[in-house]
Amino acid sequence: MPFEELSHTADWSLRIWAADLTQLFAESARGMNALTGTKLAESPRVQRTFSASAEDAESLLVSFLSELVFFAEQETLAFDRIELKIDAREGQSCTLSATLSGANILSLNKSIKAVTFHNMQIHQTERGYEVDIVFDV
Amino acid sequence: MIRIQDLKRISDFEWEIPQSLRGDMRGPVRIFGTRKLLEQILGDKSLEQAVNASTLPGLVGAVVVMPDMHQGYGFPIGGVAATRFPHGVVSPGAIGYDINCGVRLLASSIEMEAALPHLDRLATLLNQYCPSGVGVKGVVHVNVPELDRLMRAGSRWALKNGYARENDLTRTEENGCMEGADPAEVSARAKTRGLDQIGSVGAGNHFVEVDLVESILDPETAAVFGLQQGCLAVQIHCGSRGLGHQVCTDYVQDFQSAVKRYGIELPDRELVCAPMDSPEGQAYLGAMRAAANYAFVNRQLIAFSARRAFEETFAGKLKNWQLIQVYDICHNMGKIETHAVDGKQVKVCIHRKGATRAFGPGTPGLPPEFQQTGQPVLIPGSMGTASWVLAGTETSMLRSWGSSCHGAGRTMSRSQAKHDFRGDVLRRELEGRGIKIRAGSMSGLAEEAPEAYKDVDSVVETVVAAGIVRKVARLRPLVVVKG
Repeated sequence: MPFEELSHTADWSLRIWAADLTQLFAESARGMNALTGTKLAESPRVQRTFSASAEDAESLLVSFLSELVFFAEQETLAFDRIELKIDAREGQSCTLSATLSGANILSLNKSIKAVTFHNMQIHQTERGYEVDIVFDV
Repeated sequence: MIRIQDLKRISDFEWEIPQSLRGDMRGPVRIFGTRKLLEQILGDKSLEQAVNASTLPGLVGAVVVMPDMHQGYGFPIGGVAATRFPHGVVSPGAIGYDINCGVRLLASSIEMEAALPHLDRLATLLNQYCPSGVGVKGVVHVNVPELDRLMRAGSRWALKNGYARENDLTRTEENGCMEGADPAEVSARAKTRGLDQIGSVGAGNHFVEVDLVESILDPETAAVFGLQQGCLAVQIHCGSRGLGHQVCTDYVQDFQSAVKRYGIELPDRELVCAPMDSPEGQAYLGAMRAAANYAFVNRQLIAFSARRAFEETFAGKLKNWQLIQVYDICHNMGKIETHAVDGKQVKVCIHRKGATRAFGPGTPGLPPEFQQTGQPVLIPGSMGTASWVLAGTETSMLRSWGSSCHGAGRTMSRSQAKHDFRGDVLRRELEGRGIKIRAGSMSGLAEEAPEAYKDVDSVVETVVAAGIVRKVARLRPLVVVKG
């Protein structure tokens, strides 16, 4: 799994890494599902699409994950197949379009209140792109 | 990394990080804590976060942190910061996602001995009538226009609709309504999240608890508050649910660009802010107050449900089973208040995140009955441990922006707690001590293990020794209902 839980006194924190930005976003979503212990129903499968824009990649990541928090809370939906198109160029606003495939949430251990910007910085390392995310729970 | 030698000792219970520690600080950080608690605090990043908070533009005086402080995101939990009104900033992240998370205490004349045979049924009914847990809906469903009215009126909406009594409102901070709430500044998404969650506890460390008033430390003040030794009381801990979380999410996102427009540089993006008198600042204040009013109504509806459970349990069996409100206080809030600064009365925006208002005797805004005593300050302990009822003092007005601690404060991460403790074992242990547990999630229970928190008695002893509150009563849990 290209993510690991970091120690945080009160909330939850994940470190995620991936070869490129698109995979980093998708792995962040998977990491969030793993943290919450989300289990999906086998059927029926559902699909959702959405798009977002933000002033930088970090803001876009928060928007994307916040959308998933909203789907989980309001529609009891989570997604295990995520297709993303991301356009993020230095100094320009970033855009994302997502096609999400998933199902109803059968059970989850914990809900996430919000995705925070705390110390968030997408940066490049030897293993590609990396980011730490703190979730308010 | 901040070290103990960076701190200046003011007294055994008060320490200071001088403004000179870092070039971007706009004021010092004042810490209430013993050396032992400080050593615990230095184990995480809470003091760095307090120093970061001291960089907020328009900061007045010191950032204050309480002995229950721990690492949050951006602003530390247990922190208080004042910014000058109206040109200083307001920071959504310094108030938190769970806007107006708070505690309500209800008192009764039900003696424990008389209640004991009925506690099982009471626990079951509380669990049934006070919805808790992940994704659980509330007891009231409204449409958007009604939600807007609710967010404008706060507890007055609950009174009008038969969910409150007159003296519930007078015994709620701000009488249960933040003036200046503007539902038009609350996003459609936040409203969607709020529509069906009104009157629900939520999950995490939120709970409904039946307590025994185990000891009274100040009989006169306890009598004013309505607390009787040996009798039952009820605590309700929750906030503004998904609506508040979304309001904060929306404005932290919006303010990412606002800080650039206003030329504000900050060490952490979660601290983003805007001048109070800017259009962005005004919009957030209106939305935040609307979410705060939602939270007042939420706790009011849970109190209504608790009364229903008490009535069904005790009516016809005991003479007086009524629940009378002691007080309802907020511990995640931004409020415009007037405080003495260098001998002058100055209007400031007080950001309290995991800190309780603790106004002392004679402070404007308190109900007449609390003018002599100071306001009740409600400190829930960790699950299965004691809780405290304290009273605000004159010293809190001078040293801590009229604020005190809000609980025990975590010391252990949730994942470590889940690794070290098992929910079912913990439940058996607590039940072995006579505490009835109704919990939806065993892993959630394990996360809230008492050992994951500081000792609430030590936290309370510290704020009492520092003089910012005084003891009134100690409560012991009998029933815990949580998601």
